[in-house]
Amino acid sequence: LSSLFTTTDRCSFGGEDRRVGSRTIYVGHRPCPANEVFIPPKFCDNRIVSSKYTVWNFLPKNLFEQFRRIANFYFLIIFLVQVIVDTPTSPVTSGLPLFFVITVTAIKQGYEDWLRHKADNEVNKYRVTVLEDGRRIQKESEKIKVGDVLEVEEDETFPCDLILLQSSRDDGTCFVTTASLDGESNHKTHYTVPDTERDVESLNATIECEQPQPDLYKSLGPENLLLKGATLKNTQSICGVAVYTGMETKMALNYQGKSQKRSVVEKSINAFLLVYLCILVSKALVCTTLKYVWQSKPGQDEPWYNEKTLKEKETNLYLNMFTDFLSFMVLFNFIIPVSMYVTVEMQKFLGSFFISWDKDFFDSEIEEGALVNTSDLNEELGQVEYVFTDKTGTLTQNNMEFIECCIDGHQYKYRDASSEVDGFCVTDGPMNTVQQKAGREREELFLRALCLCHTVQVKEGFIASSPDEIALVQGAMRYGFTFLGLESKTMKILNRTNDVEMYELLHVLNFDPVRRRMSVIVRSISGETLLFCKGADSSIFPRVKQEEVEKIRMHVERNATDGYRTLCVAYKHLTAEEYDQVDSGLREARLALQDREEKLMAVYNQVETGMNLIGATAVEDRLQEEAAETMEALQGAGIKVWVLTGDKMETAKSTCYACRLFKRNTELLELTVRTLESPGKRREDRLHDLLLEYHKKTVQDAPPAKTCVASQDYGFIVDGATLSMVLNSSSENNLHDYKDLFLQICQNCTSVLCCRMAPLQKAQIVKMVKNSKGSPITLSIGDGANDVSMILEAHVGIGIKGKEGRQAVRNSDYAIPKLKHLKKLLLGHGHLYYVRIAHLVQYFFYKNLCFILPQFLYQFFCGCSQQPLYDAAYLTMYNICFTSMPILAYSLFEQHISIEMLLENATLYRQIGKNAMLRWGPFLYWTLLGVFHGLVFFFGVWFLFSNPALQDNGQAFGNWSYGTIVFTILVFTVTLKLALDTRHWTWINHFVIWGSLAFYVFFSFFWGGVIWPFLRQQRLYFVFANMLSSVSAWLVIIVLILLSLLPEILYVVLRKPRGPYARQKLVQSSAGGIQSPRSSARPLLMRTFSDESNTVS
Amino acid sequence: MMASSYNAKEEDGHHSGASSGTGLSKNKKPDNTAFKQQRLPAWQPILTAGSVLPAFFVIGLIFIPIGIGLYVTSNNIKEFEIDYTGVSSDSPCYNCAKNFTWNTTEPCVCTVNFTLLQPFESNVFMYYGLSNFYQNHRRYVKSRDDRQLNGDLSALTDPSKECEPYRKSGDVSIAPCGAIANSLFNDTLVLYYVDSNNSKIEVPLVKKGIAWWTDKHVKFRNPAGNSNLTLAFRDTAKPVNWAKPVYELDPSDPDNNGFINEDFIVWMRTAALPTFRKLYRIIQKKSGTTPTLPNGNYMLNITYNYPVLSFDGRKRMILSTISWMGGKNPFLGIAYITVGSICFFLGVVLLIIHHKYDNRNTSADIPS
Repeated sequence: LSSLFTTTDRCSFGGEDRRVGSRTIYVGHRPCPANEVFIPPKFCDNRIVSSKYTVWNFLPKNLFEQFRRIANFYFLIIFLVQVIVDTPTSPVTSGLPLFFVITVTAIKQGYEDWLRHKADNEVNKYRVTVLEDGRRIQKESEKIKVGDVLEVEEDETFPCDLILLQSSRDDGTCFVTTASLDGESNHKTHYTVPDTERDVESLNATIECEQPQPDLYKSLGPENLLLKGATLKNTQSICGVAVYTGMETKMALNYQGKSQKRSVVEKSINAFLLVYLCILVSKALVCTTLKYVWQSKPGQDEPWYNEKTLKEKETNLYLNMFTDFLSFMVLFNFIIPVSMYVTVEMQKFLGSFFISWDKDFFDSEIEEGALVNTSDLNEELGQVEYVFTDKTGTLTQNNMEFIECCIDGHQYKYRDASSEVDGFCVTDGPMNTVQQKAGREREELFLRALCLCHTVQVKEGFIASSPDEIALVQGAMRYGFTFLGLESKTMKILNRTNDVEMYELLHVLNFDPVRRRMSVIVRSISGETLLFCKGADSSIFPRVKQEEVEKIRMHVERNATDGYRTLCVAYKHLTAEEYDQVDSGLREARLALQDREEKLMAVYNQVETGMNLIGATAVEDRLQEEAAETMEALQGAGIKVWVLTGDKMETAKSTCYACRLFKRNTELLELTVRTLESPGKRREDRLHDLLLEYHKKTVQDAPPAKTCVASQDYGFIVDGATLSMVLNSSSENNLHDYKDLFLQICQNCTSVLCCRMAPLQKAQIVKMVKNSKGSPITLSIGDGANDVSMILEAHVGIGIKGKEGRQAVRNSDYAIPKLKHLKKLLLGHGHLYYVRIAHLVQYFFYKNLCFILPQFLYQFFCGCSQQPLYDAAYLTMYNICFTSMPILAYSLFEQHISIEMLLENATLYRQIGKNAMLRWGPFLYWTLLGVFHGLVFFFGVWFLFSNPALQDNGQAFGNWSYGTIVFTILVFTVTLKLALDTRHWTWINHFVIWGSLAFYVFFSFFWGGVIWPFLRQQRLYFVFANMLSSVSAWLVIIVLILLSLLPEILYVVLRKPRGPYARQKLVQSSAGGIQSPRSSARPLLMRTFSDESNTVS
Repeated sequence: MMASSYNAKEEDGHHSGASSGTGLSKNKKPDNTAFKQQRLPAWQPILTAGSVLPAFFVIGLIFIPIGIGLYVTSNNIKEFEIDYTGVSSDSPCYNCAKNFTWNTTEPCVCTVNFTLLQPFESNVFMYYGLSNFYQNHRRYVKSRDDRQLNGDLSALTDPSKECEPYRKSGDVSIAPCGAIANSLFNDTLVLYYVDSNNSKIEVPLVKKGIAWWTDKHVKFRNPAGNSNLTLAFRDTAKPVNWAKPVYELDPSDPDNNGFINEDFIVWMRTAALPTFRKLYRIIQKKSGTTPTLPNGNYMLNITYNYPVLSFDGRKRMILSTISWMGGKNPFLGIAYITVGSICFFLGVVLLIIHHKYDNRNTSADIPS
C-alpha cells in the first residue's frame, strides 16, 4: 500500500460505533487492514425494477391479481359453478364475457408493464464508467455494486446514489441540478468528502452510513451525497463511490405508490351491487322453494313423459336443493353484469382523454396542457364540495416583484426604473419625520444583506429555488448593488461605485418552514465575519434587539395588509471565537448520523440570536389570471373554498379579498393568536369563549337553509397555532368538543382562511373535513412540495404546473397549467363526467333487471325447472354486443347541457351535488322502471301466447319463439330508452344506436339461418325469421315497446323543462338580478378595506 | 430491507415508465378538432309537451283503428274447443282414461259428439291441446339430439347424453332419443260429419303443411345413405313409450315418415307454456261456396293412447279458422285499443298542461 492513505479513513458519517441501522461500505472493494475481517457485504444491485411482471410470471401473477377483485372473483365462481353443476346455461355464457374482461385487462396491464420494462431497460443498460484497479471500465448501469467508484461526466445523470470523492474542479465542489427529482432547476453545490481529494484509485476507506431511507432532504452529509437522477452541471467530471444502488436509491424509495383513491360513484356501484345481489339470492331462493313446493304435488315431479335420470334420482335431496339453488343463481346471474365493469373502466379510460385533449387547458407559456394521472376520479370532479387551495403559486402567480423596502423605519419605494441612484427615493412613511433617509451606511448594509443572504445562482439571469430571492436580488440591483455570482465560495458584489466587493461564503443556514428564515455567514475582505439573516417577521422579531422592532413593525404590517409578502432582514457581527464555535458546531451537526435535523436546528437557533434588525422588504405576488372569477364561479357552484397557506394572515387575507373569497359584506370571524391574546384570561378560556360565540353566530342563529334570502356571509380565519390548540384539545375539560364546534363554524362560513399552516396541518384540515358528517368530497389544489400532503389526502388532488417544481404535479390526480382551468375542469368536465357515469351505472342495472326479470317470471310457468327463456347466444351477447355500444357512446359524448352553458351558469353544478343521480331515489326509479319493463315484456307476450297459433298458416310457436319475441322487445326498448335519454346526438350516437339494433336483427337472422355444427341443439333455427313472418309478433313488439316507453316519455315531458334552451331561460329569469360584474382582477394595491371594522373581537 | 421496498413498489404499479412516456407526448398543443374538443355537431332534441303532443295524438289515432280492426278480426275467427280427457264419469272417454295401461295391444277408442252452431268458412285447422303438460321443463326441453334428428349417422347410434334416461334401451340406442320424442302425442283423431239422415261422412284431414317448412326440409332429416327407412334405422330401438318404431310413423307416405314425419316435427317444437295447442290436421276449403265445415252434428273418433290423468292433465280438440293474424286472440286488439286510448287521453291532458304552462311562462316573462 504505497499510497498516502495507509491509515483507513473512517469517513465517520455516524461516529465510531457500529449500529444495526447503518451499513458499511468498502470504497473500491478494498479491505481495510486496520479493520476487522473483510466481509464482502451483500447489497442489492443497481437494477431498477419498476415493472411488475416478467414474461414467465405474467400469466399466473396477473390472473391472481385480477381475481383478487371481488367482482372478477364472483364471476369466476359463477363460471366454475356452471362448469361443475348441471346448470341451465352453458359455461360459455358467463365464461366468454369473463374471458373477454380478463383478456382486455391483461393486455392493458401487459402493455403498461412493457412500457415500464422499456423505461427500466433504458436506465439499466445505460453505460457508465467504473474505476477498477486503476482502469476505466465501461459497464452497464445495472451492474454497479455498492462500493464501486464511478466516474460521471458533465450533463450525465448519476446512475445511483454516490458519495462525492473527487471533482475536476479545484475547490472540490460540483454542481448538480435535481430538476428531475423535485423540479428545482437551480444548481446545487456539493462538496467532496474532506481529505479524499487526492488519489481516488488507491483510496482505502470504509464508509458507514444509514440504511436507505426515502427522505430526499434528510440524508447523510447532504452536501456529499449525489442522488440518482440528478444531473451533473458545470463540472467536467467527478468520481464518487456508490452507496445506495438500485431499489435502495432515494429516487426509487420515493416512488412509493399513492394509496388508491376510490370515487363516490364506485361506492354507489358497490351499494347497488349489494342490492342486486340480494335480489339475485332472493330470486334464487324463491324459485328453489317454489320448485320443491311444485314438485311435492303428485305427478308433477316426475311425470311419465319426463323421467329423471338414474343419477338425479340417487342424489341426496338436500344436495339437490343446493345445486338447484346454485343453478338458479347462475340462471339469474346476468342481473349483475360483468360487462358493466368493463364499460365503466373503458368509459373512464377513454373519457379522460377529453381532459388532456382540451385545448382550453393548454398554456402557451409552458407549452403544456392538462395531465391526467388517474382516470378513476373523473366523475369525482363533478361532486366536489370543498376546495382547499394553496395561496402562493396557486391563487397567486408566484412571480415576485420587489415593491418597496424599509430601512430603519424609513420607507423606500422604487418608482421609476430610469431614475438614478437617487431615484431610490423616499415617500411619506409615517416614521420618517426626523430624517428623510436612513443613514447611507445603513442603506448599504441593508443592500449588501440582500445581495448576500440568498442561494441565488447566476447563469443567464438568476436561478433560485424560491422566486422571492430573485425578486430581492433584483430589487437590490435596482438600488445599485448587483450580485455577480458565487465562485469557489466567494460571492462577488458590484456596489454603487462600480467596485467589486468580495465576500467569502462560510456557511449557508438553509431555509426551512419551521424556522421560516435563512442565514448566511460571510467574511468580508477586511476580515469581518458577518451573519445576515432574512425571514418572516414573526421569526425574526424575537431574535433581534427589541428597541429596533417597533419602527419596522408598522411597515411590515401595512405591507402585509396591502397583500405583499414581507421579509425582515437582520445582521450580526461574529467575533472570531464566536465564529469558531459556530463553525465547529455546524460541522459536527452535519456529520451526525442520527437526529441530524434536530442538532442542526439547535445550532441554527443558537447562532441566529441577538441580531440587529436593519429593515424589511415587500414583494408583490400577483394574482393568477382570472383567479377571482374562478373563485367566484366555484362559490356560485356551491363549493366552499378554503385557503390553506403558510403565509402571514394579513397577506393571505388580502389575497382572499382580491380573489373575492371575502367580500365587502363578509363578516370575518377571526380565531388567531392575536384574538386569543386577551388581558387577564387564559388562552384556553378565551378560545372556548370565542368558539362558542362564533358557533352561536354561524350555526345557531343562522336562518334555516331554505330561507337563504339575505343570510349573512361569514368568513373564518384561523392560524396554525390556534388550529393545533383546537385539534389537540382534549374533550374532557369542556362540555363541547372543540373540534366539532370548530368544524361546524367552518362549514357554515362561505370561505375559510387558514394561515401559517405547516404542510402536515394542511393535510390534517383536509382529513378533518373529509371525515366530517356527510363525508363531503374534497379537492386540494396546489403547486408546491408543501401541498403534496393535502393533495394526497383529499379525494381529488390537483397539481398546478407552476414554478415550484413538479412534486405536486407528480403526486396529483390531475395537473393543470393554471388555476383558471379549474373552473372548466370542475364545472364543465366534472359535471359531464358525473352525469355520464351516473347514467351509465343506473342504465346498466336497469337493463339487466328487465333482461332477467322475464326469465325469472318464466320459472313460474315451467315448473321452476331453471329453463332459460332466451337462447344462450342471446344471454351472452346481450351485454357484450347488443346493448353495450350505445351506452358507451352515450357515456363518452353526452352533453345534456352544453359546456358553455355549464360554465356560464355555475349554479347548475349544485344540481348534481351530493351524488344526486346515484342516490336511492333515482336508483329506485330506475329499478321500478326495470321491473315495469320486465313485467310488460313477459306478460304482454304471455297473453299473446295464450293462443300460440300465431302464423297465418295456422302453425304454432314454441318456447324459443316466445323468448325471441321477448328478447327483441327487450333489446329495442332498452336501446330506445337510451335514445330518449340522449340529449346530444352526434353522428357517433346515431351510428351506434341504430347500428346496434341493425346488428341485432342481422345477427338473429344469421344465427338462426344456419345449422351450426358445433351446437348440440339448433334451438333458434329459423325462429327469428318465422317470428318476423307473423303479423301478430310484429304488432305485439310494436305495442309493447310503445307501452314500455310511455311512462318514460311522460316523465321527460312532465318534469321541469330540461332542455338547454329551457334551462337557459330558467336561469336567466331566476338569477337575472344577481349578475356578477365580470371585471378583471384588480391589483391588490387598489384594494382598500377596513378589516378591523369587519372583524369581530 | 430490499424485499420490503420491492414489495412497496409492486403495490403501486404506475410510475416512471408510464408517466415519463406520456410526459413527452404532452408537450404539444392539443389538436383543435371537433371530436377532441367535444364539439361534434349534434342534434339536440328537446322533448317538451309541445313536441310530444302531436305524437301522442298520431299514435292514438293510428292505434285505436288498428286495435278495433284486430279485435273485429279476432272475433270473426270461429273456434270450437272440446275437452275429451274423460275426467267425469259421464264423458265418453271416461273408460278409456280410467282403464289406461301402457301395454295394451287393443287400443281404446271413444267417440265424442258435438254440434257446430255456425258454419266454418275457408280452411279449418284442427289442433290438439294439452294442459298442465310441461313441455317447457328444462329436463324435458334439453332431452333431444338435434344431430340425430338431422340424420347424423354417428349420433344415430350414439345419441347425446342429454337424452338420458331415454338414450338407450338396453344396449341399443333409441332413435329418436330423448324425453320429447318418447312422449310423442299419439292419439288419433278422426272427424265425421253427421248429416241430416244420420250417416257419417268422414271429413278429409290433411296431415301435411302443419310443420315449419324449414324444420321439415332442413332441420329434420332421415339418416342418409339408405332409402329404405327400415334398414336405415335397423341398429336402433324404438322409444320406450312408442307402439311402433319411427320408420312406421306413416308408412303410406315416404315423405312423411321417419324423422320427417310432420306430427313428430310439430311435437318436437316444444311449447312455451304448460297449456298449449299444436296443429294436428288441416281441413282444406272446398271448392265452391259450401263451407268447409257446415253447421250441424259431428262425431270425433278418438283412439285414446295418450295418458294425461296421471299428472292431472287435460286433452282438447280445437277447430279454428285462421286470419292474417293467426288464431283467435282478442289480446292484441284490446292492447292496441288500450294503448291508443291512453295515448289519446295523455295527449289531451298534455294539451291542457301545455296550454297552462305556456300562459304562466309568458306572463312571467312580460315583467322581466
